[in-house]
Amino acid sequence: MTIEKSFDQLTEEEKYEHFLNRIDAGEKIEPKDWMPDDYRQSLIRLISMHGISEIMGALPEKEWVPKAPSLHRKLAIMAKVQDEMGHGQLLLRVAEDLMEPLGMNREDIMQNLFSGKLKFHNVFHMKAPTWGDAGIIAWLVDGAAIISQSMMLDSSYGPYARALKRICAEEVFHAQHGESIIMALAEGTPEQRELLQDALNRWWTALLMFFGPKSKENASTSHVDKNIRYKIREKTNEELRQEFFTKYVPRIWSLGLTIPDETIHFDEEQGLWVYQDPDWNEFKEIVTGNGPQSKERLELRKISYDSNAWVREALNPTSKAV
Amino acid sequence: MAQDKALVELLYSLADDDFILAYRGSEWLGLAPHIEEDVAYSSINQDMMGHAVKFYSILEELGEGKADELSHLRAPERFRNAVLLEEKNGEGTYLEQPQFDWAFAVVRNYFYSVHKKIRMQSLKQSSYDPLTDSASKVLIELQYHLMHWETWFKQLMTSTDEAKRRMTAAIERCWNEMDGVLTLGPFAEEMISKGYIASEEEMRRKWLAHMEKTFEQVGAHLPGELGMTKGNGRQGEHIEDLNQALSTLSEVYETNPAAGW
Repeated sequence: MTIEKSFDQLTEEEKYEHFLNRIDAGEKIEPKDWMPDDYRQSLIRLISMHGISEIMGALPEKEWVPKAPSLHRKLAIMAKVQDEMGHGQLLLRVAEDLMEPLGMNREDIMQNLFSGKLKFHNVFHMKAPTWGDAGIIAWLVDGAAIISQSMMLDSSYGPYARALKRICAEEVFHAQHGESIIMALAEGTPEQRELLQDALNRWWTALLMFFGPKSKENASTSHVDKNIRYKIREKTNEELRQEFFTKYVPRIWSLGLTIPDETIHFDEEQGLWVYQDPDWNEFKEIVTGNGPQSKERLELRKISYDSNAWVREALNPTSKAV
Repeated sequence: MAQDKALVELLYSLADDDFILAYRGSEWLGLAPHIEEDVAYSSINQDMMGHAVKFYSILEELGEGKADELSHLRAPERFRNAVLLEEKNGEGTYLEQPQFDWAFAVVRNYFYSVHKKIRMQSLKQSSYDPLTDSASKVLIELQYHLMHWETWFKQLMTSTDEAKRRMTAAIERCWNEMDGVLTLGPFAEEMISKGYIASEEEMRRKWLAHMEKTFEQVGAHLPGELGMTKGNGRQGEHIEDLNQALSTLSEVYETNPAAGW
């Protein structure tokens, strides 16, 4: 009690210093703890974007759930997409707790999604026209997600770190599920291999973009820098992209697939992968809702939101009939 | 080749019912009324698809063909599911302009789950061991499905006027087709005499008794005579909706059934 009282008596600067000391000491910040406004805002932006991306991310794969080419694959992809929705739910709950003191809730998250204020990952704006895409998404998009989420497993915000532990554990299964689809296609008929190569060609640029721009001119890196200072994340976009290359480029090559970038190679001297940078203006277009499938995906979400309005109303206790 | 036609027909009706309804459920993925429901409904659909796999596997063991082929390549007239379960979720498709009807989803799944429980309890006493085993396992998961749909059913029947109106319309629609679910089909007599499953009359009576109790709890009345207006799926009669379902779910597989997927 006395400690809490004395904390209340601190000036804002002292509270901020105390907060930074906790961060530096590797302590976890919990929802009821004092936190600076920009820390809260960073978390809300990051976690609601992550959560809604999981939910929007279910849509391209969902296209393939009913069509998965065997009973076994049907069961596996159903479970996989359900996990993604579950991750979305888990993350939105974390975001909701952070938003509560600001008088905001899930309705605001959904409305921000529909208005375009809340963005979702570039990869989920892309078309997924074949079963090969379902494989590439589960293998490489989930693989990329594991890399970018793993660096936040030790995030300074406790609830996010705990949610990510569970999410990453499940993502490993997803990547295996994806790898299994990929292997079947890679070892299959010429048509199946073609299906796979086409899907890789379609997704390569989106995968590079997934980690975000590397240079300051192309990115709002102030967010990245601040998130690193606050130990919300540990690595830069480019560091993550390099990790992705190191893990996946050799695997892609070993399957006999061609990466649609003739320049990509590992430069021993620099100790870095050299590659063709994607067009970051295109990236901006995509994440601001002008991607190849952005409108359709949002429209699908919106239709279901609107056509189920009566259900949400019926569940609201105040609308209960006498 | 299996010789026991009654057994095979029974297995097809069990497998196809779960398979087709799980397929319709999977079309809802990402479109449910809220995120929590998306997760729960998807879990139920996986269970149902899993149950279908069990029954297809028994058919495979009986020499009917590979489970994947039975589920993905049979002609519509060889499917034995009830017509009610193949009906579309609503206007549009799961990819474009899905105007899906949640009241229909709740009522159809609820009616079906109640019957499925009665059916599985009967199969637990079946003279055919693989059915007894499967039924015991199915019942464990089914208990949760039933709770889930009963909660939705009661909640929506006792909330807003609009919910009640939509639910009443869905009840009427399902009631008019429910006999197609309850019927055992042309081989009923043999199924019963061989001790595979209880009689249609007994199961119908139990289903109606359960419904009467639920309807009473929400202050509603049973709509009257049960119907089967669009055809008897147990003898291969189906509507256009099944063709659409089958061509969607086999779209990839049928490009090359001999390939590994």
